[in-house]
Amino acid sequence: MIVELGHFALVLALAVAVVQSTLPLVGAQKRWGGWMAVAEPAAMVQLLLVAVAFGALTWAFVTSDFSLRLVVLNSHTDKPMLYKISGVWGNHEGSLLLWVLILALFGASAAIFGGNLPATLRARVLAVQGMIGVAFLSFLLFTSNPFLRLAQPPLNGEDLNPLLQDPGLAFHPPFLYLGYVGLSMAFSFAVAALIEGRVDAAWGRWVRPWTLAAWIFLTIGIALGSWWAYYELGWGGFWFWDPVENASFMPWLIGAALLHSAIVVEKRESLKAWTILLAILAFGFSLIGTFIVRSGVITSVHSFANDPERGVFILMILAVFMGGALTLFAARAGTMEAKGVFSMVSRESALVANNLLLSVACFVVFIGTIWPLVAELLWDRKLSVGAPFFDAAFSPFMVALAALLPIGAMMPWKRAQVGRAMQPLWGVLLLSLALGALVWAMQTGRSALGPVGVILGAWVIFGAAADLWQRTGRGALAAKLGRFTRLPRADWGKATAHAGLGVTIIGVAAMNAWATEDIRVVQVGESFPLQGYEVTLVSVNQVQGPNFISTTAEMALSRNGTQIALLQPEKRVYPVQAMPTTEAAIDYGFLRDIYLVIGDPQENGGWAVRAYWKPLANWLWIGSGLMALGGLLSLTDRRYRVAAGARRGAAAVPAE
Amino acid sequence: MRLILSLSLCLALLAAPAVAVQPDEVLSDAGLEARARLISRDLRCPVCQSENIDDSNADISRDLRLLVRERLVAGDTDAQVIDYVVDRYGEYVLFNPRARGSNLALWLAGPAMLLVGGGLAFGYLRRRKAEVTAAGLTQEEETRLREILKQ
Repeated sequence: MIVELGHFALVLALAVAVVQSTLPLVGAQKRWGGWMAVAEPAAMVQLLLVAVAFGALTWAFVTSDFSLRLVVLNSHTDKPMLYKISGVWGNHEGSLLLWVLILALFGASAAIFGGNLPATLRARVLAVQGMIGVAFLSFLLFTSNPFLRLAQPPLNGEDLNPLLQDPGLAFHPPFLYLGYVGLSMAFSFAVAALIEGRVDAAWGRWVRPWTLAAWIFLTIGIALGSWWAYYELGWGGFWFWDPVENASFMPWLIGAALLHSAIVVEKRESLKAWTILLAILAFGFSLIGTFIVRSGVITSVHSFANDPERGVFILMILAVFMGGALTLFAARAGTMEAKGVFSMVSRESALVANNLLLSVACFVVFIGTIWPLVAELLWDRKLSVGAPFFDAAFSPFMVALAALLPIGAMMPWKRAQVGRAMQPLWGVLLLSLALGALVWAMQTGRSALGPVGVILGAWVIFGAAADLWQRTGRGALAAKLGRFTRLPRADWGKATAHAGLGVTIIGVAAMNAWATEDIRVVQVGESFPLQGYEVTLVSVNQVQGPNFISTTAEMALSRNGTQIALLQPEKRVYPVQAMPTTEAAIDYGFLRDIYLVIGDPQENGGWAVRAYWKPLANWLWIGSGLMALGGLLSLTDRRYRVAAGARRGAAAVPAE
Repeated sequence: MRLILSLSLCLALLAAPAVAVQPDEVLSDAGLEARARLISRDLRCPVCQSENIDDSNADISRDLRLLVRERLVAGDTDAQVIDYVVDRYGEYVLFNPRARGSNLALWLAGPAMLLVGGGLAFGYLRRRKAEVTAAGLTQEEETRLREILKQ
């Protein structure tokens, strides 16, 4: 019964979305207040209905209702409760329902926080959001219905893929979808502005928090996914340039470009057409990502939902939304006059360079991702494009970006001088080069990757610090310190996010340049050295888990005879899915991770053991975290809160 | 995300796979082994989802790893080893597509886009700059301004 209610709520949500996407649009055109006012309650009701549907599906998973096809395919009574819940979105249908739930959540937030928007713009934004809802609710109901029943329910389910039975699944997809779907707000704002035919500083200010929020979620989602792969897959890789990863990385890059160009719109009323285009493309790449992940066209061998019918449906959604938005853009872009004037060397130009590098980098990822498809269609060549290509073709753009970043961030608006911008940075440059030289001397190999990464990272980190210090103006140290703590949060956000990029760059370079690996056969009780540590295989035991059988090793990690950690790497077999997984054991540290994996028993005794030393691994996640934190600081800046506060005050009056 | 889709056939089909590089595969000559690892990074497991043969658990990847080492021990150069594998398994196993023929377009796409975009951006910035001058002061006003500032 509960399942039927959920199913019915989903159908109702589609009907509401149809209303939300039409009436307000007509109302805004004809200036009919009543029709425009439909948008907000519709958005709220849509959220409520989709939430009911999601709740119903979760209920079916939690109670192991095996009359539901989806539950049978992805659950089992023995599965721990956490994975029964996260299993709701550990499959195509359920994850799409989560996608639609988040879409409705953003629509409702726009209705709640959109009080300060002009009535017509608000109605149009919500109408466009409604159209996206119509598209994806139809996709869900017509091709991927999660509420299908089975005529003859089996006694038990087929369990969830063991790789997905991890806390990572509970958090990674929701964040990623919050990011993907959040970019739909930027898209809706862009299309609404095109329909209005007006883009001004206020528009830049409205669209930026939404983009920022989406980008923060996307950053966290990608970092969580990368960390999950790092500890779960069993060899400590963190980024594979897999089509599916690229699918999430492309919107991230365009989103980052959009964040920066929206600043120019907000502060200087320039780059308007370009910003609108980026807002359209950012969501376009989200849709392309959805297409790549769910159609299975590019990943070909296996995928979430390897189904041509679904692929065609998403392709149609992509064609309608991108085609429509870009046509509108072509018709209206000419009317968007730039107001602000600026010289060739200025903050504006630096942000143009930032946008150029980020967009071209995204383009490289895009070409590399679809190239196998292109080559097969055009020349019947079956080929692969993988990490070596992306490392070579993508990295130069990031190097250029990092090299320019501190100088650009230091430049004033309108007119700048490179010499003056560099003045506080010479010391930073010297310091970074000195650190690079030190690292070069310390490392054993002769790879340039490590030192170059350290130079770039230090340049960006200390450059961000210098930028912050520069903001405190002139005068005595005490006065500067006083102003330092009172700088606007946006300044702190900018510096934090930039420093986060620097930290990530160092982490990536260190992992690629210096990580070491040791593969060997170890007898129980035997020890072996690893980068100044000693690893001892204490014992290996068979352990029965809730829905798996585990081979658990006890390994002691010691330094100079003192034990510092007892690690328990595991090898598990999940009988229901007949699938083994490796659970690495990691001793996390600020400067290095020790990563241990237990392999198979050997014929003449002993166990295969793989031990990795991963220098600065945590800097990857710390750096990503700093980027997200920087975004959050910027999001809570006073100028956004003032606008929100003003509205809250106004809304409080009738309540009294 | 990759994990969600990593329902790779190679994992699902095998009950007890050999996990990645095994101790018995490692060559005693550290130099050759290092070269083997570098070559392996460029070779794709033919039955997995974008995994190189080092990271893959599939039997065929083990065969390929052994093949690479066999060729290295026989005295092949890195390029010869890769050619040998590509001749037998096709271009598909190459993660680093060769910059030849139609693949040139792939390799040149990024730099070409940078040039085009850079040109457009440069043109745009020049126009903005022209407007700075146009919107700025006339020669006469500039002279007058300078005089006022002197006083």
